[in-house]
Amino acid sequence: MAYRAQPIRPIHFVFGGSAFVLLLFLTLGTTLAVWARADVSSNLTVADWAAIKFSITQAFVSAIISIAVAIPTARALARRKFMGRSFILTLLGAPFILPSIVAVLGLIAVWGRAGYINSFLEAISQDRIDIYGFGGVVLAHIFFNIPLATRLILQGWMSIPAEHFRVAAQLGMSTSDISTRLERPMLRAVIPGAFLLIFLLCISSFAVALALGGGPMATTIELAIYNALRFEFDLSKASQLALIQFGICAFIGTIAMFISQPMKFSQGLDRAPERWDSKALRYRIFDFSVLFLVCGFLFLPLLTIFLRGIGPAFSLPFQVWGAAVNSVLVAVFSALIAVGMALAMSMLIIRIAQKKRRISRIMEVIGFLTLATSPFVIGTGLFVITFPFISPFSIALPVTALVNAAMALPFCLRVVLPAMIRAEDHYGRLADSLGMQTWARFRLAIWPRLRRPTGFAAGLAAALSMGDLGVITLFAPPELETLPLVMYRLMSNYQLSSAAGVALLLILLSITLFWIFDQGGRVEHNIR
Amino acid sequence: MTPKLLLAAGISLTFASTAIADDKPELIVYTYDSFVSDWGPGPAVEKAFEAQCDCDLKLVAAGDGASLLTRIQLEGIRTDADLVLGLDTNLTARAKSTDLFAPLVERPAVLDVPITWQDDTFLPYDWGYFAFVYDNTKLENAPTSFDDLIAKPDDFKIVIQDPRSSSPGLGLLMWVKAVYGNRAPEIWEGLAPKILTVTKGWSEAYGMFLEGEADMVLSYTTSPAYHLIAEDDASKSAAAFDEGHYLQIEVAGKLKSSDQPELADAFLKFMTSDAFQDIIPTTNWMYPAVFPSTGLPKGFNQLITPSNSLIVPAEQADAIRDEALAEWLTALSQ
Repeated sequence: MAYRAQPIRPIHFVFGGSAFVLLLFLTLGTTLAVWARADVSSNLTVADWAAIKFSITQAFVSAIISIAVAIPTARALARRKFMGRSFILTLLGAPFILPSIVAVLGLIAVWGRAGYINSFLEAISQDRIDIYGFGGVVLAHIFFNIPLATRLILQGWMSIPAEHFRVAAQLGMSTSDISTRLERPMLRAVIPGAFLLIFLLCISSFAVALALGGGPMATTIELAIYNALRFEFDLSKASQLALIQFGICAFIGTIAMFISQPMKFSQGLDRAPERWDSKALRYRIFDFSVLFLVCGFLFLPLLTIFLRGIGPAFSLPFQVWGAAVNSVLVAVFSALIAVGMALAMSMLIIRIAQKKRRISRIMEVIGFLTLATSPFVIGTGLFVITFPFISPFSIALPVTALVNAAMALPFCLRVVLPAMIRAEDHYGRLADSLGMQTWARFRLAIWPRLRRPTGFAAGLAAALSMGDLGVITLFAPPELETLPLVMYRLMSNYQLSSAAGVALLLILLSITLFWIFDQGGRVEHNIR
Repeated sequence: MTPKLLLAAGISLTFASTAIADDKPELIVYTYDSFVSDWGPGPAVEKAFEAQCDCDLKLVAAGDGASLLTRIQLEGIRTDADLVLGLDTNLTARAKSTDLFAPLVERPAVLDVPITWQDDTFLPYDWGYFAFVYDNTKLENAPTSFDDLIAKPDDFKIVIQDPRSSSPGLGLLMWVKAVYGNRAPEIWEGLAPKILTVTKGWSEAYGMFLEGEADMVLSYTTSPAYHLIAEDDASKSAAAFDEGHYLQIEVAGKLKSSDQPELADAFLKFMTSDAFQDIIPTTNWMYPAVFPSTGLPKGFNQLITPSNSLIVPAEQADAIRDEALAEWLTALSQ
């Protein structure tokens, strides 16, 4: 029987389609709403163009370095089993959810003028290093993004069936042969998407880039948008800048999608892979050195944040706990929404890809759009749209959950979509030939392959939502606080030590949520 | 707690705000984050006013500095707010031009702000001087002027805030402009090597200073009072500059669209009374606009008192700001 493409059922259109509509509304819709509300039109200045140039350059460099470091790190994590491996995997979720101000203070405790490294250099009478400037911006961004890149690439490694490594070992393939035959094709499929994610994350950075950038040369598009929206009330300029950010996203996104080639591995039995090739001592030394350096780089700032926060964390003011409940609630809901949207969109993209490859690629790029959208623009746009009809206060938490979900969607999609494509490739036909229909087909054939990525995606979305200040600032009524909001309020009242306690609580809760979701999905090896 | 309970808690929190406690009139005041927070003046102000007004005072955090004004501009005449508290004199002219604010009905006889107050729309509630704050246990001869600061060796570092996103940052911009006028670009070029970095807001900069990253941070002359009174720590001082210090005067104004105009007027009257002004020094860490009859709290007498108060007239603030910002960007981007 000839294999026919899976039909697109109404259910796919309803769920996938509405997810797309929602996404376009939150990105382009809110931007246009801001534009429509503008009284006068204004033009971009030389300084705006300088900001655009700086944003692109630093984002490009940061993304390249993050990926370059993440590849050996992910490989080391993929081919080594050791005590503390899963601890590292969980902690990798921590840096990129850090509120910018916490990350900045953590980084300068290590790299700053009075930081550990400079104290050490001074002790051995070496020249001190100065991170402020372009280097500082890149340093901060790779601190945020190496973990993300590592987890995404590791996901790719895990998708190479264990049987491939067995056959490779039987054929006596060397480590470099395996690299050419198995790992490079995998990297080619995974890296463009990871690069795009990190590039977009870095391009919309603002407070971190400015604080470590050493001056107004480190102005990003996001700062220009913030300035236009919040300081000058120049809605026209804000929406123009937002559209330029979309343009950059679409351009880089299209290139990334073009370069990316789907993986063509055959299916395996979901066994844990064993690497016979890289047992030689030199490979071990290399892997563990990489892990040692990367973990040192990532975890030293985290450790200082921990040490600062641990004392005050035991005497936190009461209202912090209410804020913690709100933050967790929003995080859990936005994780569920984000994963639901990612699954629905993936199904639709896969089914459209079977007929119209190009349209599905465009849809994939659209999936990234929220990352290219300024949270200030989304917030203001939603505010403009909803304010005439409903009090912003009454919808603060739902709106926050929804926007956070949309913000996390690009990550979720990047994790879920490739896994679903593989599951369809490997098990879709079998399921069809067995006459499995809709729900049974999804539950038995597809879902087992999606559990791990879905758990990871939900963990990412929850953690991202926890750390986000985002739209809550525009919508929050007086009594309603989230953890990041409480933390900023403490800081602006000189309560820096309590704020450090709240920051620690925030990180611990995020990591716990991340761990719970991620753990829920990480049972793939036992699904027989 | 079970998930259901958590959910219920969340939902009740979501809707709690929409339910009005009882049928007392409600006065809604838009202000900034650090004002409403439990460590700011908000809770005490709310209690004191509600004790005398038989109303429900709602202090809403609606943004910081300029974003407070943009929020009102976004909401326009449909806003629920009756009053806005937390603009400063850099913004009052622009605020007036929105035509959303109503003129003052009554003004107190005496105001203890360092300049003659003539504005007919906005009433000050507190004020302070911008200043560079340093650690007097580490720094012995703090600079006494901008020239002195420029003459310091290049490893002497200050952290400042970005004038495009922060009120103190904008304050420094106006300070340099008010002192040096056309020479401002030259001063900024001289300052450039001393500027360790520029942050988005006050919190980042102050945090970096407390971490020991920089020798001085741009803040207020009243910042040492916080450390002195709340933490019993006398190690922080503000550097007194011979040129004088730039003033920030924080004001409140009534909105034309208010549905509680009398109550709003009552609040403005209350705002300059002892009950409100008593709270300000040790919660907002600024000078009260009308010194309470009991005087300023102990600790405030140890602060520096600038010989010369600088301020740009509100009507010129916008134009001067644009010019000064362009100069600042050019000087620091080289």
